[in-house]
Amino acid sequence: MERTTTSDPRTLADRALFVRLETLRLTRIAGAGHYSGTFSAAELFAALYYHQLRIDPARPGWPDRDRFVLSKGHAAIGLYPVLADLGYFDPALLDSYTRLGSPFGDHPDMRKVPGIDFSSGSLGHGLSIGVGMALGGRVQGRDFRVYVMVGDGELAEGQIWEAAMAASHFRLGSLVCIVDRNQLCIDGRTEDVMAVEPIGDRFAAFGWQVRRIDGHDLGAIVAAFDGLAPADSGVPQLIIADTVKGKGVRRMELDVNWHVGNLGPEDYEAVRAELMAGAAR
Amino acid sequence: MTREAASKELPSKGAAGGSDEQSDLFRGVSQSAAPAKAGTVKGITTKSIPAFVAGEELADLADTDARIVAMTADLASANRLADFGTRHPARFFDLGIAEKNMITVAAGLAATGLMPFAGTFASFAALLGFEQIRTDCAYPGMPVRILAHHAGMSMGFYGTSHHALEDLAAMRAVAGLTVACAADANQLRAMLRASLGVPGAIYLRLGRGRDPEVYPVVPADLQFGQAVELRAGTDATIITTGSQVHPSLAAATALAADGYQVRVVDMHTIKPLDVGSILAAASETGGIVTVEEHNVIGGLGSAVAEVLADHRLAVPLRRHGVNDEYVLVGPPAALYAHYRLDPAGIAAVVKEQLLTAS
Repeated sequence: MERTTTSDPRTLADRALFVRLETLRLTRIAGAGHYSGTFSAAELFAALYYHQLRIDPARPGWPDRDRFVLSKGHAAIGLYPVLADLGYFDPALLDSYTRLGSPFGDHPDMRKVPGIDFSSGSLGHGLSIGVGMALGGRVQGRDFRVYVMVGDGELAEGQIWEAAMAASHFRLGSLVCIVDRNQLCIDGRTEDVMAVEPIGDRFAAFGWQVRRIDGHDLGAIVAAFDGLAPADSGVPQLIIADTVKGKGVRRMELDVNWHVGNLGPEDYEAVRAELMAGAAR
Repeated sequence: MTREAASKELPSKGAAGGSDEQSDLFRGVSQSAAPAKAGTVKGITTKSIPAFVAGEELADLADTDARIVAMTADLASANRLADFGTRHPARFFDLGIAEKNMITVAAGLAATGLMPFAGTFASFAALLGFEQIRTDCAYPGMPVRILAHHAGMSMGFYGTSHHALEDLAAMRAVAGLTVACAADANQLRAMLRASLGVPGAIYLRLGRGRDPEVYPVVPADLQFGQAVELRAGTDATIITTGSQVHPSLAAATALAADGYQVRVVDMHTIKPLDVGSILAAASETGGIVTVEEHNVIGGLGSAVAEVLADHRLAVPLRRHGVNDEYVLVGPPAALYAHYRLDPAGIAAVVKEQLLTAS
């Protein structure tokens, strides 16, 4: 079943703002949360879910749906509102975010949240899940694509490279990996803590087709998705999205102190206003 | 000559000879080193070799069950999953020497509706791949079946890196995971068949692929979580699992010659545990000896002790296994004798228990 999707940057930008505002709201419920690594991915979430993915929210178990694996599971706080907005579940359920027994934890649980294609949280696993899903599609003769979003700091996990090697070995052209290159991990800049560059050269050497874009430019993101090689190309696809950790909130941008944080009541309103004003520009 | 072949030719003192001396891994066997026998593979009869039948059994099952896929990590020859690959090449994946990736890829395959059977050495599956089994397979309830072969000290002189004497302790602590040990080829076939009806993840612990026959036919009534009483008796009960079932039965036979009637229970499933059979042994026999090719910490013996404690049963219990140490290098049969996990050793342990318990 086809659903309505859009390529309109203004519409997608509005959904990215929605991701950021909901992240603010839900973090307030939890008392702490991953603001900045979610803000860096807001435009990517918007483009994936309102433009790219072949999904049907009425049928979360549809065997032929595209899969999305959020390997950087700590950004789930930005994904839940999107799934609610698309109709996977009642948005009012989000008010239970992180409270005792809630389906919604800091990291996503596929058994509790419709629309989550795989549980995640332990970094470095998601690309292997994607390899398995892509192989599963091939075994069953299904033509879905598998999108995996990894963080840049996550690239230090060895299993990422085991999966990268397997993806090209098995010629998984249906596999798309998106790197949210937001420049920071918890202890500092990735290049100071454990250098991950040159990401593109490294994946290319592993047999991937690589493109690098501004991960906050919705036109560029849509163009990258539209320009993916066909799923039967046999070449796994990498999109390096250059982003800013904390994007949209000046005090958080590229500040390692905001990897996990909580805003007081006054700051909450100020940040909310800043996001609204930024989106209006 | 390979290093392994060279070590094979060293004389071994006190060790059983024969096929036990042969390496599982090298295939470059010269005629003089390993003369072939008719009807055998590498000089070993294939009839009762669990790790050798998994590929064949799964290939048979896959003929009628489209969910089944098989995977390994560069051990397709050692575990004979190559036999599956020959018959179902599009459903067989060799992930190379990357066990963590193999297990997580299995979870991804399972997420699309398939049932992957992933085989590698138990040491690498359970210890290297522990988090992948727990977080990617058991926690989301993926129907992944880990075929953890060459468990315990069955890798012999390959040493501690290749031994798995902690895997049951680790696997038993994983919620939602079925943990079972196959005693021989026929029981393994029964477990593979029964696994098709289990919704969540399974850790199947297998031996070296040379375990002597315990079950003359494939047990049609095998159910995970339901122990099998293989020998009746009331003087004591041996509760054992996997590779230790056969020597425990032999020990019980030897003890019968001395006038002791010892019950032998094959606790093939470590989780979920058959509590009823443990309580029956506690109330009906003179004491319990658990026998396992595993550290005495965390495995079958610990599981039985927990049941007795939970039920406030002050029953004589002896946990027999490896006593919290890294085992010596040596051929497997020599190691089993050294650690009293052969029939004579088990009989001696049970006799000590019988004489001191009353």
